[in-house]
Amino acid sequence: METVPEPGSNVPPKKDRLQTKKKKPRRYWEQETTGTAAGASPGPPRKRKRNRELRPQKPKKNDTSKKFRMSKKPRELKSPRPQRSLSGAQDPFAGPAPVSVEVVQKYCRIDKSKELPHPKTKTRSRLVVAEAQEEETSVRAARSELLLTEEPGFLEGEDGEDTAKIRQADIVEAVDIASAAKHFDLNLRQFGPYRLNYSRTGRHLAFGGRRGHVAALDWVTKKLTCEINVMEAVRDIRFLHSEALLAVAQNRWLHIYDNQGIELHCVRRCDRVTRLEFLPFHFLLATASETGFLTYLDVSVGKIVAALNARAGRLSVMTQNPYNAVIHLGHSNGTVSLWSPAMKEPLVKILCHRGGVRAVAVDSTGMHMATSGLDHQLKVFDLRGTFQPLSARTLPQGAGHLAFSQRGLLAAGMGDVVNIWAGQGKASPPSLEQPYLTHRLSGHVHGLQFCPYEDVLGVGHSGGITSMLVPGAAEPNFDGLESNPYRSRKQRQEWEVKALLEKVPAELICLDPRALAEVDVISLEQAKKERAERLVRSGAPRAWVPLPTTSHPHCILRSTAPCLRGCCSFHLPPLPQGYDPDARTPFQPKPKQKGRSSTASLVKRKRKVMDQEHRVSGHRGRAGHPKGNALLLAPLASSTCHFSPVSPYPGQNPPEPGAAAAEAREGQAHGGPAVGPGQIRALSQAPGPRRNILSPRPPVGNYPSLE
Amino acid sequence: MNANQAAESLLASNQQKELEDLPKDYPLSTSEDEGDKDEERKHQKLLESISSLNGKDRQKLADRSEASLKVSEFSVSSEGSGEKLVLSDLLEPVKTSSSLAAVKKQLNRVKSKKTVELPLHREEIERIHREVAFNKSSQILSKWDPVVLKNRQAEQLVFPLSKPQSAFAPIEHVVNGWKAGTPLEQEIFNLLHKNKQPVTDPLLTPVEKASLKAMSLEEVKMRRAELQRARALQSYYEARARREKRIKSKKYHRILKKGKAKQALKDFEKLQKVNPAAALEELEKLDKARMMERMSLKHQNSGKWAKSKAIMAKYDLEARQAMQEQLARNKELTQKVAASESEEEGEGQEEEEEPLVPDLVNEVQIKANGLNPWMFRNHFIDAKEAEVQKDLEDPAEPEAQETSESEEEKAVVEEETLLKEFEERRSLRQKSELNHMAEPVHRRVTKDPSSQEVLSDLRALCQKLSTENHQSGKQELSSARTAQREEPAREEEEPMLLQRPERARTLDELEELGREGCVENEELPRTAVEGLQLEKNLSNHIGAPKEKKRKEQMIDLQNLLTTKSPSVKSLAVPTTVQELEDEEERDQRQIIKEAFAGDDVIRDFLKEKREAVEASKPKDLDLTLPGWGEWGGIGLKPSAKKRRRFLIKAPEGPPRKDKNLPNVIINEKRNTHAAAHQVQVLPHPFTHHQQFERTIQTPGSTWNTQRAFQKLTMPKVVTKPGHIIKPIKAEDVGYRSSSRSDLSVIQRNPKRLSIRHKKHLENNCVD
Repeated sequence: METVPEPGSNVPPKKDRLQTKKKKPRRYWEQETTGTAAGASPGPPRKRKRNRELRPQKPKKNDTSKKFRMSKKPRELKSPRPQRSLSGAQDPFAGPAPVSVEVVQKYCRIDKSKELPHPKTKTRSRLVVAEAQEEETSVRAARSELLLTEEPGFLEGEDGEDTAKIRQADIVEAVDIASAAKHFDLNLRQFGPYRLNYSRTGRHLAFGGRRGHVAALDWVTKKLTCEINVMEAVRDIRFLHSEALLAVAQNRWLHIYDNQGIELHCVRRCDRVTRLEFLPFHFLLATASETGFLTYLDVSVGKIVAALNARAGRLSVMTQNPYNAVIHLGHSNGTVSLWSPAMKEPLVKILCHRGGVRAVAVDSTGMHMATSGLDHQLKVFDLRGTFQPLSARTLPQGAGHLAFSQRGLLAAGMGDVVNIWAGQGKASPPSLEQPYLTHRLSGHVHGLQFCPYEDVLGVGHSGGITSMLVPGAAEPNFDGLESNPYRSRKQRQEWEVKALLEKVPAELICLDPRALAEVDVISLEQAKKERAERLVRSGAPRAWVPLPTTSHPHCILRSTAPCLRGCCSFHLPPLPQGYDPDARTPFQPKPKQKGRSSTASLVKRKRKVMDQEHRVSGHRGRAGHPKGNALLLAPLASSTCHFSPVSPYPGQNPPEPGAAAAEAREGQAHGGPAVGPGQIRALSQAPGPRRNILSPRPPVGNYPSLE
Repeated sequence: MNANQAAESLLASNQQKELEDLPKDYPLSTSEDEGDKDEERKHQKLLESISSLNGKDRQKLADRSEASLKVSEFSVSSEGSGEKLVLSDLLEPVKTSSSLAAVKKQLNRVKSKKTVELPLHREEIERIHREVAFNKSSQILSKWDPVVLKNRQAEQLVFPLSKPQSAFAPIEHVVNGWKAGTPLEQEIFNLLHKNKQPVTDPLLTPVEKASLKAMSLEEVKMRRAELQRARALQSYYEARARREKRIKSKKYHRILKKGKAKQALKDFEKLQKVNPAAALEELEKLDKARMMERMSLKHQNSGKWAKSKAIMAKYDLEARQAMQEQLARNKELTQKVAASESEEEGEGQEEEEEPLVPDLVNEVQIKANGLNPWMFRNHFIDAKEAEVQKDLEDPAEPEAQETSESEEEKAVVEEETLLKEFEERRSLRQKSELNHMAEPVHRRVTKDPSSQEVLSDLRALCQKLSTENHQSGKQELSSARTAQREEPAREEEEPMLLQRPERARTLDELEELGREGCVENEELPRTAVEGLQLEKNLSNHIGAPKEKKRKEQMIDLQNLLTTKSPSVKSLAVPTTVQELEDEEERDQRQIIKEAFAGDDVIRDFLKEKREAVEASKPKDLDLTLPGWGEWGGIGLKPSAKKRRRFLIKAPEGPPRKDKNLPNVIINEKRNTHAAAHQVQVLPHPFTHHQQFERTIQTPGSTWNTQRAFQKLTMPKVVTKPGHIIKPIKAEDVGYRSSSRSDLSVIQRNPKRLSIRHKKHLENNCVD
């Protein structure tokens, strides 16, 4: 038996040392540890801290090889504490808890592989601090994954068994009573095919039948909150930010009811609405109408934010991207267009099918979009910039409805059958090889939605509502502060206030929400240019040589003012730029000390230096990012466009392209006030389910008390 | 000076003349000397007085000179003597007297001392004072530099500055200082101490410890002896190793090496018998060694020795041989360890002979390393053989090729023995005659019969399993592969050719499904088709050459939408479809096709995209003025030359994001509303926006844990309300404050400082 050296005992606490100086009373274990190693107590020797035997401080290295102890901070915090406890027993897990690298990597937001332009020392220190902070926060976030206690369930066939053969009845038989109760059928044959919607917490269910039947209920307890008949065709139904408000797209207008079934509003500006979508972080209700308009209604202030004409006829296919709150519309010409209220035109238009698009769904990570069209195809598209199909499959009868679950399962309703496909993990696209589950309903599918935080798929069909069990569909851990299925009324009200305070402005919806965390380079450049123009270099002002108007008849400007376009060679062009204090001074070769320094040699030397710079910058640009060269060339071209190819001013040197290139390369600006907190806030209000954008917020406190 | 001298000389000559004149006029007689003297003097006097009446000579007479012929009591003149008169000469007494020495000394001292310089200007003095004061104060201040730096770098500053809290005393130390107070406690502790029980540590008592530690005497002795022996052995061994290492005989080393190699081979054989898996690992090691060899330049005839030999090789047979030997060695070392999957080539041979190493072993190897999928590609296919052979028909012509190949090899392969497995497949394939001559020799060198035996039993084990598969499957496999290779080509030519049968099949399946309602898994055709599609997509997306881009875009888009995706088979087929018969669906497809025949979706989309691209392009500026410089009027156009001259080409913008995405139109317009919320100015120390962006990557409480957020938003300076914040003092940061060096004193009363400093400085200056 050997003594197990503790990690970190090579940093003896100061107090200890002081006391040893004072001749501490000797303890019996001390003499023993100094004696033999065999049979010694597990306590570490105090007196022989510097003993070489104790140096190998990594006894656990082999079993924690995959893990590493990050975060120097916590260790620093702990360092003054002595390693021994009162009882003499040793902490078997000394030091901060180990964090796995992969998890930390998951929360990492800085891409360290990306090379930055060489910073100055002052900037570098700031960057170092920022990086350290980021690392610490990611470690903390990784640590808090400990709080995600639940694990997703799944269905696994015995060897070779197809999970699709497993019926709902079998599942219900196998699961516990509470889960079995989540499978139910509502036989509502009277009021036609039903659309349905779960509230964000997944606790409430609202459904509306084609023939005017609207009802909302707490589907877990099956307690009905309201049931009315609106005496009008119901096209779609949707909960607003909480279960207390309900938007119903009726035949004529859009109506809003409360949870008692009382009509609160009738929004006549949204008429003939076919589909509804609610963007929870922006408090926007997006409506797609038969007239071809996509309308955004801000439900917190009751104002229409934007009404966009899609110019593609009747809109009947709509879904939202939960990641960036972009609305996807499917059109009859086989395209899917992506919309934001800030832009009048679609952000992206994708040609998906030969026939019209019947259904669109986007998964919660915003990476994949599933579409089905009249050509009986079901396709999964990559939404990360390329918009190319990842997989495609022909279905016997094309899917009329599609839905993604929180964990990326794809459900498709085809006629009276619902097929569900599963992928490998959370962010992987569903593989369309083999259905994960199938279920036949008593009527044709008319609405599909996975219930959040429950392994349940709600299907509205012509025969009523079916709630089927889909193991592994939903996120097992919920954030008690964000959407708590077990919240009380009071909690809901508090959450409402908070959510309203954190409402994200509608104009921030864009394809890449992370772009908001970037500097607006265009206006930055513009400001820089303007500043340079304002600051005219004091030395060597260039005199304009106004020529008589008759001498330059071709110029459209008939004044003596200089021709800004450089269209005629009679004028001197303006100074290309004013004075840019940040710009590098162009290389000026020194005149020769001895002998004649001819102009030709000067020019030659200049040329040489310029070429060299160009090469270096080109190389750097290529190494940095693919657009490096393009960026370099663009300003060059713009600067040279002022000048006609033949040197327009005979007496002067042509402008040096090298200088322009240098400026373009630098692209830097100093000064200016620091960024206000508003900017950061704007970023933090980026849309979409926040857990998925950057990193999940771990559930903190507020655990559900199971009722 | 010259003038003076001239005057003097003139004067002197005058006097001499006078003196010369005198004796002529008055001859001197000795007798009348005294009387004459008086008279003479008087006369002289008279003369002088007379001559003094003359204005010119009056002054000259006043001059005194000494030691001249003419000595007067009124003046001293040095006339006559060559040297100047010195004061000391005058003082020199006839006899030396001590009293005068002091005076002389004084005189010397006065003479040696230089004159005192002028005092400096006041300004200059002040400047010096200032300089010294500056140096001093900066020295004092530099003491604070680390403090300032620390404060600047500190994450948080808390004011008023308080001493850092002494670390919480750990409970052990508190306990150590604790003494039993109450009588009960004292009693208990007394008891504990008396019995030598641990007071704080509930571990073993000393007695228990001692008993644990105890060891009998014999045991101790034995152990000691053991240790001694071990130590001695070790030292012997070390000594021997050292000795052996020092042996320089090459022969000895060669023999040693050979012996080792033999031993290794033997071991390997044994291992093969006992544990084939381990043997395979060994093989792998060999392979790795080979790779290393291939990487290195050893045995490549490129070393110093080899070069020297190369020079000699022309004349020296031995050298030539040595070189060849080296080359041969290189070849031997770099032989590929082909673990018996030279089936491809050695097919014919394998049909005759049995496979040398059963397949089972190879499969194990795959699992063991799984290094390079390309190396073992055929294995996977092997595994699938059984499935493949049923489905794929064998084309004739590749078979013929294969057989011819195998025939060629046969001659070589006959001699091949066990080590054939270690050989490089590539070398076999590129069969140059030389190689063939060389290789078998090497192979023969290593002993074959034994190894044949080694593997025989292993082979026997798996024979039953493998023979059938091999003999039937080998051909099939090769044919399958060739078929696969050909398929894409064929497919490209006629995409429909391939699709049609596939489609028909699926429809058949559908039929079956409809009747029986059971799932039939036919993986293979589907996967094959998918693979093809994938390939096609890849080639379309990635490998597209640039010059044909435009054209290919169109094709691509067509492909994208028209490619047949495999249809799904599921347990539950919608009722409507179930009713559908095969023909019916075909009809439906026809209907769909007809329905969409009119609106060509793709063409429309491409047109739209073209328009969008055009609209986003910057426009050229045409500044031509018609009729200027030439005839104008209806129906007349300005000349092309002129137009060309006055057309300003717009600069080409950055490439569109959807340039290579045929099915996508991405809006390039800027979202100005969102841009208003973006950062538009770079804050100070940053010079590039990317640098700044990196520092704002951890926003808000939404995406961070509570603690992390608090840390991130920690205020830089914290003040306690109601507390006076005093300036920092030396004591605060651990300096001893001395009255002289404390700057606070300086700051408090600068006047005093100035006075004191001045004094100080003056002292300095004087010293």
